[in-house]
Amino acid sequence: MFGDYSLGDLGAIFAMQGFAGLILFSVYLLMALGLAIIFGQMGVINMAHGEFMILGAYVTYLCSTFFQSYLPGLFPISFFVAMGLAFLASGALGMLVEWGLIRFLYKRPLDTLLATWGLSLILQQAYRSIFGAREVGVELPAWLIGSVQVTDTIEVPINGLFVMAVTLLITGAVALLIFRSRFGQQMRAVMANRAMAGAVGIDTDKVDRTTFGLGCGIAGVAGSAFTMIGSTGPTSGQLYIVDTFLIVVFGGAASLVGTIASAFSISQTQSTLEFFLSGSMAKVLTLLAVVGILMLRPQGLFTLKVRR
Amino acid sequence: MLQTVPAPPPPDVRPTDPAMLAIRGLHAAYGQSEVLHGLDIAVAPGEIVAVMGRNGMGKSTLMKTLMGILPATFGTIAVDGHDVTGLKSHARVARGLAYVPQGRMIFSTMTVQENIETGLTVTGARRVPEDLYAMFPVLLEMKGRRGGNLSGGQQQQLAIARALASRPKVLLLDEPTEGIQPSIIREMGRTLKAIRDARGLSIVVSEQVLSFALDVADRVLVIENGAIVHESPRADIDEAQVARFLSV
Repeated sequence: MFGDYSLGDLGAIFAMQGFAGLILFSVYLLMALGLAIIFGQMGVINMAHGEFMILGAYVTYLCSTFFQSYLPGLFPISFFVAMGLAFLASGALGMLVEWGLIRFLYKRPLDTLLATWGLSLILQQAYRSIFGAREVGVELPAWLIGSVQVTDTIEVPINGLFVMAVTLLITGAVALLIFRSRFGQQMRAVMANRAMAGAVGIDTDKVDRTTFGLGCGIAGVAGSAFTMIGSTGPTSGQLYIVDTFLIVVFGGAASLVGTIASAFSISQTQSTLEFFLSGSMAKVLTLLAVVGILMLRPQGLFTLKVRR
Repeated sequence: MLQTVPAPPPPDVRPTDPAMLAIRGLHAAYGQSEVLHGLDIAVAPGEIVAVMGRNGMGKSTLMKTLMGILPATFGTIAVDGHDVTGLKSHARVARGLAYVPQGRMIFSTMTVQENIETGLTVTGARRVPEDLYAMFPVLLEMKGRRGGNLSGGQQQQLAIARALASRPKVLLLDEPTEGIQPSIIREMGRTLKAIRDARGLSIVVSEQVLSFALDVADRVLVIENGAIVHESPRADIDEAQVARFLSV
């Protein structure tokens, strides 16, 4: 399949597909972070995670439309406002859902699967009713349009660079929160042993709610980033949820480094193969590789070595 | 001559309950099978009480019920005069209970220091108090290590330090000697008494090892099939009788 290209062309293809893969990596990573935090903390598999992401995308759309009509002078910075609002909206909805639905199901993990799946259907229909079935696109401010010409044959889009920078920033912030803050410490304690965390004085209900909100809020930011690489429709989130699961499982649940590594390898494989093969063949090969590796290492890529 | 009879005070409003921990008519069950059948225990301030009994007699269930990990089906638990029966675990910690569970239950992926810091949640303090490290110098040496990589005895010290970090009034220890070598058990008895003397807290310790209980406790209770069947202050304890209760 490489035969028709010269060596220089191949280099350029790999570089540019690699870069396209990095944008995919950003969205995957943000999605997987939220999913992994929620799964690690309370063992809940949030089937509605894609819809929380799409909520963020719609918020970004609304925000940019609002700025265009009423505050055109501030349009260039609308994206930052949109990201903040996307985080708050998805986070608030997440906390509401935890309070109204999830907390009654902690002892029935299979039921949470069904309940969150139902929630995802409800949200999809709500988006369809509110925003219409047609996909919407977000207009980018001028400074995010265009690309940087690296060599004659390689150019990288500016919005991709921006999305990656935001992703790295958020991943760093999440890592700091989990490993350095008092709240993160409580989160990890609840994750390790819920009953014992309560018995040392940690309000586990409050930690659960905040964690769920945080995970959903990060999905909202992922949605904001997503508007740059795809158009937003009521069911767009569904396309990402399966891949995101795969990343969480492949990386090894409850390992931040593992999540990053697996998001990177899966998105790169997918993106590079997509150029040479059809999209579905690329997916099949990626999935096969992941299944193969998981058979050899069922615990995922990274695990902590301690006595338990 | 007509006399006005002073109204008797309502029975349950005793302004100064002498007991730091007051357990009245406590029942607890796993699903349909009741394990505790109405326990009445009062622990005075600064007193160390050992609850002895064989496996499966309800010692751990008592501890878990006191801590709110298992709900009480009947009866009340009061700490320093405040009823905590309906509270969740973390609220009980705020009321002054602290717990060192069977098997220690260290947060194994967190460092020693982080483990102790989790105990600070209800006090609002941000730093581990110096006196805790002074009490357990080995923990200061190892404060950057993961809790799961410590030896059994070190984990036990860590679990006690974590419990003490919440500044408890009553410390509950569930089989602290389990899986610990004899020299460290003696050391632990000394430490517990030193903690009691320094802080004036009450300690309830569940045990199967009679020598350890006799070493630390002011009073020994024997629990059998979810009820207290024997009670004796240490001074005039009949060792042979207690030993009979413990023999399988």
